Amino acid sequence: MHAKPMEPAIDRAVGADLRAEPLPPLDRRSFLVSATSAGLFCGVRALAPSPILAQASALGQSQDDDRFAVEARFYKKLANRKIQCQLCPRGCTVGDRERGYCGVRENRSGIYYTLVHSRVCAAHIDPIEKKPLFHYLPGTQAFSIATAGCNVNCKFCQNWEISQSRPEQVPADYAPPQRIADLAAQSRCPTIAYTYSEPVVFSEFLMDVADAAHRQGIRSVVVSNGYMQEDALRQAYGKMDAVKIDLKSFSEAFYRNVVTGELKPVLDTLVTLRKMNKWTEIVYLTIPTLNDGSAELRGLAQWIKGNLGPDVPLHFTQFHPEYLLRNLPITAIPILERAREIALAEGLHYVYIGNVPGHPAENTYCPQCKRAVVERFGMEVRHNYLHRGACPYCKQAIPGVWS
Amino acid sequence: MHAAPTTRRTFLHGIVAAGLASGIPAMKVEADAPARSRVVYGEDPLLRGFDPGGAIDAKRLLSLLDQAMQRLFQASDPVQPWADIVRPGQRVALKVNALGGRGLSTHPALVDAICTRLQSAGIAARQIVVFDRDTQELARAGFHIAESDGIQCYGTDRAGFTEDLYSYGSVGSRLSRILTERCDVLINLPVLKDHDGAGISMALKNMYGVIHNPNKYHPNGCDPYIADLNLLPEIRARLRLHICDALTACYEGGPAFKPEFTWRPNALIVSQDPVALDTVGWQTIEAKRAEKGLKTLEAEARPPRYLTTAADPDHRLGCHDLRHIDVVRITAHH
Repeated sequence: MHAKPMEPAIDRAVGADLRAEPLPPLDRRSFLVSATSAGLFCGVRALAPSPILAQASALGQSQDDDRFAVEARFYKKLANRKIQCQLCPRGCTVGDRERGYCGVRENRSGIYYTLVHSRVCAAHIDPIEKKPLFHYLPGTQAFSIATAGCNVNCKFCQNWEISQSRPEQVPADYAPPQRIADLAAQSRCPTIAYTYSEPVVFSEFLMDVADAAHRQGIRSVVVSNGYMQEDALRQAYGKMDAVKIDLKSFSEAFYRNVVTGELKPVLDTLVTLRKMNKWTEIVYLTIPTLNDGSAELRGLAQWIKGNLGPDVPLHFTQFHPEYLLRNLPITAIPILERAREIALAEGLHYVYIGNVPGHPAENTYCPQCKRAVVERFGMEVRHNYLHRGACPYCKQAIPGVWS
Repeated sequence: MHAAPTTRRTFLHGIVAAGLASGIPAMKVEADAPARSRVVYGEDPLLRGFDPGGAIDAKRLLSLLDQAMQRLFQASDPVQPWADIVRPGQRVALKVNALGGRGLSTHPALVDAICTRLQSAGIAARQIVVFDRDTQELARAGFHIAESDGIQCYGTDRAGFTEDLYSYGSVGSRLSRILTERCDVLINLPVLKDHDGAGISMALKNMYGVIHNPNKYHPNGCDPYIADLNLLPEIRARLRLHICDALTACYEGGPAFKPEFTWRPNALIVSQDPVALDTVGWQTIEAKRAEKGLKTLEAEARPPRYLTTAADPDHRLGCHDLRHIDVVRITAHH
């Protein structure tokens, strides 16, 4: 699963927001987070099923709940009731009554089904900066949703409780695409974000929600690991208005050993998104000793500049011990600063440091006059000085989706 | 030059040698004969009477189970083997395999026979739970779902998984709460079947049914995942016995039920060594594949490589070398 930036101690649940009801009681995790963070931004998210999406579901949903089973769009049938998935580069060959690596797609008598269509296990209203997307409608809110499942198994996953579970193991609500679009409109969110777990695995749902939302003038963005076959990428993410890709390392060995995936297809995805002219930002979760070597970071920056151009925002974010990778410390800030310096020295224009609230590298600086044009604190935009997408001081155009 | 790693055996030899050198009386060390694993393959050609497609005769099945267990434990009466592995008051969980529906799952009749003997050994009915991952799958396989009195039968979907992760090597998983909270002794009841990924699915692979994320552990023929999973202390400390249901088996197209690839050996394969049991079961499947003119699993690039890993020095889950396995073949007598 992709890593995500840190979230506020108490995330604002959409249901509570819309119905003007009190926030739900704190669970153990939220309580501990609140108790330890004392109002500061902290390193733990507060994911929970939305109280607004129908009735809350109990743990232990039925494995065969047909409301959520929709025939998948990216697979081919093989002999002997087998199928081959064509969604992600794994290309799982799946026998009858079995599931693919993601755990959310099942072969039933030779027909492959997604089991997570309209099966929403997390829904929140987040600042767009939390994705993070810094060059896309700054200061706006995103109606953010997820289903269970992921097509990789990162040892540092921060949302493993949902990403590494099967759909029936996670409380979820039935929320069909039009319902999501309506809720986003009611909450005055200009954007729906597909995030938290791995949207690759709920591509069909994502596509249908994006269509419903676009009909109401609401845009869509996706937060993804980019581990996807090209045809599926073009069809599914072709419906997105912006994309954030978690590039987890610039090393095949890291992808193989820590992510259980491959680097090359992710790089291919980034190039394809560039060809599709999709606004894309990259997050690089910087893990001490594992992917923070200067040579690797330099190679990363050179590759981005050479293949995507210097204007792609690159976010170096702070790692926190989680899931199966608890033996390493939080990334020291000087490591993040060194990474940023390397990327800037290689010619990238927009390099940020994430998960470190108050750090000056949260701001956007004009690459020409070097002055701050968007000032941020954590996920909050303090000042947006941009004028028609350009630096107000030197008129340098700043790339992004600003309106 | 590197010194050879110290094994338990060489360590003991060292102790003995040191004792001799120092004049201290040495303890007796057994000769170097490797420990042998025992697998009993018991069959009853008339288990379904004279009609190969007939219903299973419950009395004959109980008798087959008794004879196989008595040979495995070298016991003179049918209850003694069970008394060797369970104690009154303990909670016993029977992990069945219900993936294949009525056609290719652990037979409820076999579970009934085992429950009969467990109760004879002093285990109260309410202390027995029959489980797999999903309650509906259990029902489809013919099990009577029960959560109140008597023998319990339900899936992990009803009990849930642990909050914590349990991790070893390549595996990090939540475990069924039936295993961790409602079970002192685990008895494994897999089915003899082909598996399109792992090669075969029997004793070791059946433990995929106690974790929340089995889909993550199918790449590379499930190797080393199967071996790593079975090494988790929460599983290994409870697991006492494996009874493989080979009443109906599958030699191709598994693990789902495909009637065209099943046959009825009318057999049980019993062992306390899951690696040895799987090795013997693999040979049984290969023999059937040869009879049907199919390629070997090796030729199909899906031999059960996980068996080698399970037997290696890092895992030591059992023996995969047929030269060191005593395979006892019996035909039930009545």
